[in-house]
Amino acid sequence: MSDAASDIAKLPARGALYPAGVPAAVRLAGPWIALALLFLLLPLVFASGSALTMLSLMGIMIVFALSYNMLLGETGLLSFGHAVYYGLGGFLTVHAMNAVIRDGLPVPLPLLPLVGAAGGLLFGIIFGSVSTRRAGTAFAMISLGLGELVASSSLILRGFFGGEEGVSTNRTKLLHLFGLNFGPQIQVYYLIAAWCLVCMAAMYALRRTPFGRMCNAVRENAERAQFVGYNPQVVRFIAFSLAGLFAGVAGALAAINFELVNSAAVGAEQSGLVLLAAYIGGIGNFAGPVIGAIIVTWLEVMLSDVTEVWQLYFGLLFIGMVMFAPQGIAGLIMVHEPLWQARAYGSMLWLAVTYLIALLPALVCLAGAIVVIEMTYHISVKASDGPAISLFHLTLDTTSVKSWLAAAVLLGGGFVLFRLTWPLVGAAWHDAFVEARGAGRAK
Amino acid sequence: MTAPAIALADVHKNFGATKIIRGVSLDVPVGERHAIIGPNGAGKSTLFNLMSGRLTPSSGTVRLDGEDITGLPPHEINRRGLCRSFQVTNIFPRLSVWENVRCAVLWSLGYRYAFWRGIDSLADARERTETILKAIDLIDRRRVQAGVLAYAEQRALEIGITIAGGAKIILLDEPSAGMSAAEAARAVALIRKVSEGRTLIMIEHDMDVVFDLADRISVLVYGEIIASDVPAKIKQDAAVQTAYLGAAA
Amino acid sequence: MLELVTISTLNGVLYGMLLFLMASGLTLIFSMMGVLNFAHASFYMLGAFFGFQISQYIGFWPALVIAPLLVGGIGALIERYGLRYVHRHGPVAELLFTFGLAFVIVEIVQMVWGKGPVDYRVPQSLDFSAFTVFSTNYPAYKMFELLTAVAIFAVLFAVLTRTRVGLIIQASLTHPHMVAMLGHNVPRVFMLVFGVGTGLAAVAGVIAGPALVTQSNMAAALGPILFVVVVVGGLGSLAGAFVASLLIGLIQTFAVSINLSVADVLGRLGVAPPTPGGVLADVWTVTVAQLAPIIPYLLLVLILIFRPVGLMGTREH
Repeated sequence: MSDAASDIAKLPARGALYPAGVPAAVRLAGPWIALALLFLLLPLVFASGSALTMLSLMGIMIVFALSYNMLLGETGLLSFGHAVYYGLGGFLTVHAMNAVIRDGLPVPLPLLPLVGAAGGLLFGIIFGSVSTRRAGTAFAMISLGLGELVASSSLILRGFFGGEEGVSTNRTKLLHLFGLNFGPQIQVYYLIAAWCLVCMAAMYALRRTPFGRMCNAVRENAERAQFVGYNPQVVRFIAFSLAGLFAGVAGALAAINFELVNSAAVGAEQSGLVLLAAYIGGIGNFAGPVIGAIIVTWLEVMLSDVTEVWQLYFGLLFIGMVMFAPQGIAGLIMVHEPLWQARAYGSMLWLAVTYLIALLPALVCLAGAIVVIEMTYHISVKASDGPAISLFHLTLDTTSVKSWLAAAVLLGGGFVLFRLTWPLVGAAWHDAFVEARGAGRAK
Repeated sequence: MTAPAIALADVHKNFGATKIIRGVSLDVPVGERHAIIGPNGAGKSTLFNLMSGRLTPSSGTVRLDGEDITGLPPHEINRRGLCRSFQVTNIFPRLSVWENVRCAVLWSLGYRYAFWRGIDSLADARERTETILKAIDLIDRRRVQAGVLAYAEQRALEIGITIAGGAKIILLDEPSAGMSAAEAARAVALIRKVSEGRTLIMIEHDMDVVFDLADRISVLVYGEIIASDVPAKIKQDAAVQTAYLGAAA
Repeated sequence: MLELVTISTLNGVLYGMLLFLMASGLTLIFSMMGVLNFAHASFYMLGAFFGFQISQYIGFWPALVIAPLLVGGIGALIERYGLRYVHRHGPVAELLFTFGLAFVIVEIVQMVWGKGPVDYRVPQSLDFSAFTVFSTNYPAYKMFELLTAVAIFAVLFAVLTRTRVGLIIQASLTHPHMVAMLGHNVPRVFMLVFGVGTGLAAVAGVIAGPALVTQSNMAAALGPILFVVVVVGGLGSLAGAFVASLLIGLIQTFAVSINLSVADVLGRLGVAPPTPGGVLADVWTVTVAQLAPIIPYLLLVLILIFRPVGLMGTREH
């Protein structure tokens, strides 16, 4: 293993994507300009109201998930209560919006996320001073407890949290600049996209600072970090506060988007959702939470229309990833990076083919599982609706043995066939690495 | 008369009822290369832990350059000029070799918790890191993930991280452990180079390394120092011979 | 007043015992395997639902025995085929695995039994009043709960300290590698401990189900309090978990019956009430009883400020 590793280490370093001679400034700003253009032009492709809403939700979730990864991916802090800063940022923003409207202050809507940022930072500092005294499992439990504390307080502090209905506002009633009243979703999308871009750039830049490097060091080996002069508790505290700041911005954007914030925004489910998004996307990579946010938002919206037990699927997906792909989707992609760097295109193509071959029985197995789950759900809870359910454009009789047998065959048979394809994929990987190693030696 | 670089005064350490360190007093003058030897279980690593703040003495004091540092946390002691390496390699496994060393220079260059400055533009950090990497002969491996380095390379990196901050007092815990004779010789040359003009205390089992490098040797047995003198005298000390080197040395 | 104190003490101790029934299993699993079982409260919930379902068919008393065995068996299987596999990915992955598990168990329970409460009742044989304290009838079922919990602890203590298996478990808690090298099947011990730990949580569910509401949100209600108990008591300390369980059980029970509000206390000291409608006005009128649900979390914050390792915690995990 070390032989291959050391050879791969000699492969050209990152940055070889650009030909030599490209000035550093372009190399640095290039991707961000491309991203800005992408954000700008997306509504031309996805123009419908529901698509714009989905894009807006994705933008919010990207900021939220990236802020979460400042804790988990960068500093190694697993938090089960990050929604506190998201929700409190949102609440402060709606209250600020209502105050601006009520008093007729000349504050335009695009500035309001600053309130969320300030609120997220403030509470990040307050709760962080207590939370970051411990690390690891204790920290995780403390974050859970604090999350519950805030969520439960929402029933007591009705003035601030608005009771069961929450606090609502009207984003069109703030000062209009350049004729923008932010009523239409497209204007809200661009507002969110702009803030998302700014936050992404800021969080990316934070990693390239002495503080950001020490966050990684503390994550890797907190004790060693002490012995090079750093107090891990201070590093964690700062990371926690800044993560709260960006979560607050996400909460503010959500408040603007929905014109409503209620106690669910600080709740355990919201905390769980951002954890899910960051982890599924991949916590070891800056792009991971972005990918995860996009996928989780898409699934959340799409799946809940298709099935009532979509949360169960989410949970199973999450467990599956924890067990078999803990590096997340971004990690799974990056595993192929050495092959790309070594330009082992031939074997990569074959590898892709074997992936497709393995995918087919996997889909069959998945279909079988879905049938079992949906039929079980129907029998247990919705039996009064009659025995038939509609699945994959077919009508299935949940009471007949044939349906269950068919599901079992799909599930079991699909799995068996899937397992049979593994050696094929393994051989393709072996060939790919041999080719990559050979290319490395030739240099 | 300048204060010793590090001074232990009647230090005891108990874990519950078990006494590990039983009254150790030791003065190491500035600029000395001092070796601590002793049988396994004598408490050598515990002594290092007490000096570096990983453990707090049950009684007694530790003074650094005359200042009482007893009970201070490790990062405070490190900031006052003491650094240490570990017997079991203690690096940042998933960071690159370059990052490992760069993280070790940041505090001493005064950057602290700065999250408003780009690290790639810090020329002094870059230069210092390069210098250290050249000294430990890992400059060609700077992009490799520290966790996949060969063992001897990791030990070299360990030393590099330890000295990167420019500390005046260096503690090395079995720096040549697990190395072949050639690797150990290289390690000795490196240690001699980096400890030039600084105070060095090291724990070692390899007697060749000890007699090669040390100005003075202390022998620790069952938590007590039974002898502390120049190498020539230690070789002849009867008590040391029986306790450690074997009867007829 | 004395009656209130007596009843509250009895109820508080009972609640504390139930908490410890769960916290002890959680602590054993954590000490041994280094993973905090996020799904522990879900096994409690499974115990309640299994107890309900089985008692529908063959009665409460068989359910009391069968349900915990079933749940413990499921727990052991999950350890063997799930947790042990995830172990190679590190401690974060292990914790997240149990987190996902908690989520999935709740969803499955909701899928099978629905989202509403089920009619899990106190069995006829115990549905009478055990004794009368001053003017309140104290139900026999609650005495049964208390006695069952105590009996289980006695059995556990005896097993841990007096049997061979118990000694092996105690040794594996601190020196698993050494125990393995002595020829004992440590993975099997792990599976046993996980199964017993989750079985204990299930017992708590079976006996608490009829007294509390058996519903799919049981786990979410009790879960966080359980984790507060182990953090306050000190992660990895059984004695600490015991003290913290009783403490939180008693405090919460007493708090519910106290209707003192901030206004009562500060008002008596002459502090003027704030203008109505603002945040401070809410705090002004809040009563201790209203605060009862969040008292464990307030305790958590206090402990973190003054004694971060917990009441009886020692090392940093």
